[in-house]
Amino acid sequence: MNRIEVENLNGYFDDAHILKDINIKIPNNSVTALIGPSGCGKSTFIRTLNRMNDLISGFRHDGAVYLDGADIYDPKIDVVDLRKRIGMVFQKPNPFPKSIFDNVAYGLKVHGITEKDIIKERVEESLKAAALWDEVKEKLDKSAMGLSGGQQQRLCIARTIAIEPEVILMDEPCSALDPISTTKIEDLIHKLKNDYTIIIVTHNMQQATRVSKHTSFFLHGEIVESNLTERMFLEPEDKRTEDYITGRFG
Amino acid sequence: MPFKIISPKNAQRIMKSVFWASGIITVIILIIIIGYILLKGIPAINLEFLLANPSDSGRSGGIAPMIVSSLYVTLVAGIVATPLGVGAAIYLSEYASENRIVKFIRFGTETLASIPSIVFGLFGLSFFVIFLGMGWSLLSGGLVLALMALPTIFQVAEVSIEAVPRSYREGSLALGSTKWETIYRVVLPAAIPGITTGIILGMARAISEAAAILFVVGSALSMPISIFDPGRPLPLHLFVLASEGISMDNAYGTAAVLVILLLIITVLTNTLVEKYQKKMMGR
Repeated sequence: MNRIEVENLNGYFDDAHILKDINIKIPNNSVTALIGPSGCGKSTFIRTLNRMNDLISGFRHDGAVYLDGADIYDPKIDVVDLRKRIGMVFQKPNPFPKSIFDNVAYGLKVHGITEKDIIKERVEESLKAAALWDEVKEKLDKSAMGLSGGQQQRLCIARTIAIEPEVILMDEPCSALDPISTTKIEDLIHKLKNDYTIIIVTHNMQQATRVSKHTSFFLHGEIVESNLTERMFLEPEDKRTEDYITGRFG
Repeated sequence: MPFKIISPKNAQRIMKSVFWASGIITVIILIIIIGYILLKGIPAINLEFLLANPSDSGRSGGIAPMIVSSLYVTLVAGIVATPLGVGAAIYLSEYASENRIVKFIRFGTETLASIPSIVFGLFGLSFFVIFLGMGWSLLSGGLVLALMALPTIFQVAEVSIEAVPRSYREGSLALGSTKWETIYRVVLPAAIPGITTGIILGMARAISEAAAILFVVGSALSMPISIFDPGRPLPLHLFVLASEGISMDNAYGTAAVLVILLLIITVLTNTLVEKYQKKMMGR
């Protein structure tokens, strides 16, 4: 089963053509990695999936993105509802300047959950699922800004899973973190893939091999090659993929 | 190669002293002014001065009605100017795209900020007092002061809202909140310290203004019951006492009360803002 199917997607920023004829199928409950050099369009692409690019003036697109068979750019689709179903974790940890508890409870409150007991329960569950509970359970009322970068990123993941999305987009979630925090996030991704469809943009090819089942290689706004991660790194079909993963450029 | 008269190391030393001196001189000027006012004014201040009505045009008695008048006009100014200024700042920084109208609004507020206060007073007289029929009242005065405080509140609020990192907004929107929820739950709480500073700066301008209210509040010496009564805020009382040679001692006393009032407001809000920031940022 495919959770997301993208058909002939083109993206433009003013006159620049930055996503070229993207076709990709993202399977259910597994991790798909998007790799490629800086500026190849992978971040722009991932942001079309939860329509974050709508916020950027000058961005337009054509083609279709289907989530469970429904086009997310259909005028009948409610963006707010879409973003509840497709969560996102950003490159730089971006907790709100609120308490740890309020950060995780934020999405729940926004989506109309008011019973304190339910919120409390969901906050705890989410923090546990994000492997952060033991580190913060004593200081839930302290500001999230006092956490380390790695903890902040796991908090952002907890915040995202609290609203129970179907898909989690991760835009280079470890690029601002130290190796130990990176390992923790990767372990977490392994755990989460049983329940969520995860798409991760990464600079780091080792990371792609460690966490993902499928990989797509982006170059100059195109997908050069999509394949099982194992296969792609062992025997790339395209010469450009081979050049990139063997470190000849990028 | 050009010949260097001063070595970089010495230039660094010299410039550091220049900046240090500028800082010190600024503080000294402040201390001298406040110290002088307090020194000359405090002898006039006692319980009667604070709690009694003035008698003999202010030669004796107290300034209680003036303190109340000042609080009334400042309160009216704050209640009117804060939602307008903050609202306009939210609109311009969050909703409006950069276009001619936005530029015009910004230009307008900058101009509003630079209009002499006596001109505001004249406008207030013809618009609030006469045209709207509010008469000489603390309400008219408060509304004129609201106009004066408006650009300050707007400008500071806009800068503080724009200083809220984009990543906060994106994080909130990505969780499926609407734009308004994002503004209300994330952007404004993060901008509150700056917005508060703007409001206080605007209020400070309002509470210390004499020229703007000269023509609009009347000049009653009696205790105002409501904002519809005429009154005489502290700066105006000070102006009358000094310019008409009624009592220099009481003029200094009034000035000292005004300065102390301002200090209390500033220190109190600074403490509150710092406490809030500490809680928010976990430092």
